Amino acid sequence: MPIDDTLARWSDISFETAFVVYLLAAIAFLGQLASTRSAELHNMERLRTRVIAVTSTTPGRIPDAPRRVPSERMGRTGLGLVMVALTLHIGSIVLRGIATGRPPWGNMYEFVSVTCAAGILAGLIVLRSKQLRTLWLFVLVPTLILLFVAGTVLYADAAPVVPALQSYWLPVHVSIVSLGSGVFLISGVASALFLIRMKHPEASGSRMSRIVARLPSAQTLDILAYKTTIFAFPLFGVGVILGAIWAEAAWGRFWGWDPKETVSFITWIVYASYLHARATSGWRNTRAAWINIAGFVAMLFNLFIINMVVSGLHSYAGLN
Amino acid sequence: MVVGEGRAEMTIDEHPRAHSPGLVRRTVAMLRNRWRQLTSMRTALVLLFLLAAAAIPGALLPQRNLNTQAVDAYIAARPALGPVMDTLELFDVFASSWFTAIYVLLFVSLIGCLTPRLIEHGKALRAQPVRVPRNLTRLPLHHSGTLAGDPEKVIADIAPHLKGWRTVVRPEPDGALTLSAEKGYTREAGNLLFHFSLIGLLAAIAIGKLFGYEGSVIVIADNGPGFCNTSPAVYDSFRAGNSTDGTGLEPFCIRVKDFTADYLENGQAEMFTSNISYQSADDIAADTWRDYQLKVNEPLRLGDERIYLTGHGYAPEFTVTFPDGQTRTEALQFRPDDATTFLSSGALRFDPPGGTYATADERRRGQIAIEGLFAPTAQFNGNLLSSRFPELVDPAVAVDIYKGDTGLDTGIPQSIFSLDQEMINQGRLVKQDRVNLRPGESTTLSDGTLVRFDGAKEFANLQVGYDPAQRWVLVFAVTMMTGLLVSLVITRRRVWFRAHLGEHGLSRVDMGGLARTDHAGWGPEFQTLRSQIWPQTTPSDSETHDRETV
Repeated sequence: MPIDDTLARWSDISFETAFVVYLLAAIAFLGQLASTRSAELHNMERLRTRVIAVTSTTPGRIPDAPRRVPSERMGRTGLGLVMVALTLHIGSIVLRGIATGRPPWGNMYEFVSVTCAAGILAGLIVLRSKQLRTLWLFVLVPTLILLFVAGTVLYADAAPVVPALQSYWLPVHVSIVSLGSGVFLISGVASALFLIRMKHPEASGSRMSRIVARLPSAQTLDILAYKTTIFAFPLFGVGVILGAIWAEAAWGRFWGWDPKETVSFITWIVYASYLHARATSGWRNTRAAWINIAGFVAMLFNLFIINMVVSGLHSYAGLN
Repeated sequence: MVVGEGRAEMTIDEHPRAHSPGLVRRTVAMLRNRWRQLTSMRTALVLLFLLAAAAIPGALLPQRNLNTQAVDAYIAARPALGPVMDTLELFDVFASSWFTAIYVLLFVSLIGCLTPRLIEHGKALRAQPVRVPRNLTRLPLHHSGTLAGDPEKVIADIAPHLKGWRTVVRPEPDGALTLSAEKGYTREAGNLLFHFSLIGLLAAIAIGKLFGYEGSVIVIADNGPGFCNTSPAVYDSFRAGNSTDGTGLEPFCIRVKDFTADYLENGQAEMFTSNISYQSADDIAADTWRDYQLKVNEPLRLGDERIYLTGHGYAPEFTVTFPDGQTRTEALQFRPDDATTFLSSGALRFDPPGGTYATADERRRGQIAIEGLFAPTAQFNGNLLSSRFPELVDPAVAVDIYKGDTGLDTGIPQSIFSLDQEMINQGRLVKQDRVNLRPGESTTLSDGTLVRFDGAKEFANLQVGYDPAQRWVLVFAVTMMTGLLVSLVITRRRVWFRAHLGEHGLSRVDMGGLARTDHAGWGPEFQTLRSQIWPQTTPSDSETHDRETV
């Protein structure tokens, strides 16, 4: 099927716009985090006004309608921008799919883009409570880095895929793996912030602990990390098994210790260790969080080093 | 090493009996402690980490099972370190003794941990829910309120709300009536299913490796005789499990009728297709051939045997006309040296026909050998041949033609892609000509021998795989994931009620809930249950505390 260059160009424009809007959203969330302290002051101010109004000798005077505090406004703006950016982002993925007439995850640029979209979508679901909104900044920063790398270093022109990838397993296997990877990103961020919170308890009163205090509680972060992992872990496992079924049809064996397969195996074991560590006394908190982060590092290693440095059957990067 | 309620953890007896036991008892105690240590969760965690760490060199270093040449090149480039690494089995990680040791220990630990768990779960399925704790208000989820009726009526009213729960009603000495309910037993069942499936998966893989084999063979796509799966000798390479000696292979025959590769303008392959015909089982006696279109991702499956199209290349065809007018024609596969342009290299050897030379010795020294390059779409820089496209558009060869003894009957093995350099060095194989030829072009040697390049044929690389336990690997993978999902989604939870007779025909009721698993998430269900029993209250106006949920 021929490539539709016009649609492919629109896909690229949509991707670039999405990147800029994500960046704006990150700035808004940075603003939210920075103004959390002034929000506390603002709340106290409002409380005082209300007290004055109630005790006022002029009954019937209506105090100023309660305004949203700046930090909340910033947060809401950021969330709105994330939704706009995700729409553009998904638009760019869909356009590339139409332009090439195949599932839009056939090379590394497309895979990273889809994974980031999955991560943001997962974020919109698991971070929907207001209390967790401060986490968005920390989800957006790695996402922006990944998208930047995807759009520059990894970028590949819209093109058909090699024969081995022309299978109905491509939409199934790759989409499940990228969804799992996206959710693991949220989990890794939650565990990293959990560790920072544990390192700087609020009681210590240090400068760092005051900033850290604006994040959700350590327990909230820990539960978020755990819940996202127990969603992504079976999903990733299913993705690997579907990959094995595909490998049996494409390469003549279901498992052959290809570098990608090996590192997927390692990643899966690291996440299994995380779940076991959570059930082992003495490992529950900090150690488990470190294991979770190690799992995400293994995911990134599998994505970048294995595809770009080590040669194997999964070298579909389209970089040469 | 099972994720669960921590009961699986076994601790080492820190305080052995004071009176000094005999040697036998000491040994038994030591063995028992070692066993407990091995089956403890911490050991299992360490073994899991070791397994992950041990797999890392398998991903980063070249491995023999994937690419022997890469391993040889790696060792050759490091004369000091390479052999040491080889001794440490770093190039055969997944067959190495240390990798095996880790996963065998892990699986022993797993079995040692699972067996008691299985017995305990069997008991738990028959046991009644546990007694109500003394103080329900200490639980993470609790509620206190009053309900109409005496304790018997209250408990009887609550019971219908606990459909699907396992319940037991027990009276207490002070006149209170209690109800214990428990749900989510399938969590443990899922957990056990997951881990036992893991053992089954490993067993199925091991059986497949023991009894399976894998062979690959190059077949020229001209509907020639093809090959029959009769012995390992028909394959160019054959790898078999330890319980397979190459006898008793399931017989089938394959002929390759054609091979087509479609390319994009930039030389990227779009699809590989090969039309083949095959016969298996009863077809062989009846000599009927069936057709199949072999493609990448679409192997031919004959029972447990699978035939794949794994590669392709070109086989240039030459005709040699000897001085007495007899001709010999041969097409032989060249090795594709460049995966993008399919510039290939190889060699052909022609034995003179009987009658051309008077003696056997003369005949042996009159062999014709051709060695050189083949390009499917030729591009000449002066006389230098290269290829600019992988498709067969404008083929050409650049070859050296030799006459003499090729050395095939010396007993020393030779590569089919190159001539024996030693024979050339010794002057027993003498270069006659160096030419570039397009199809139909020929060159005449000084003794009157005519060598003509006829053109090229496609060849297909076929791989035959046999794994009798493969479907069991899939079955266990599916049960494994089912067990995992069940164990992660289902919460083992308990809820208790204690009703005391109060005043005005009311009963004071305490309700408490506890999830036995390490993640939150049954708070909302507890609240739903509470609101069914006390419809008029909301969590905010009751004493419900929900420390668990976020």
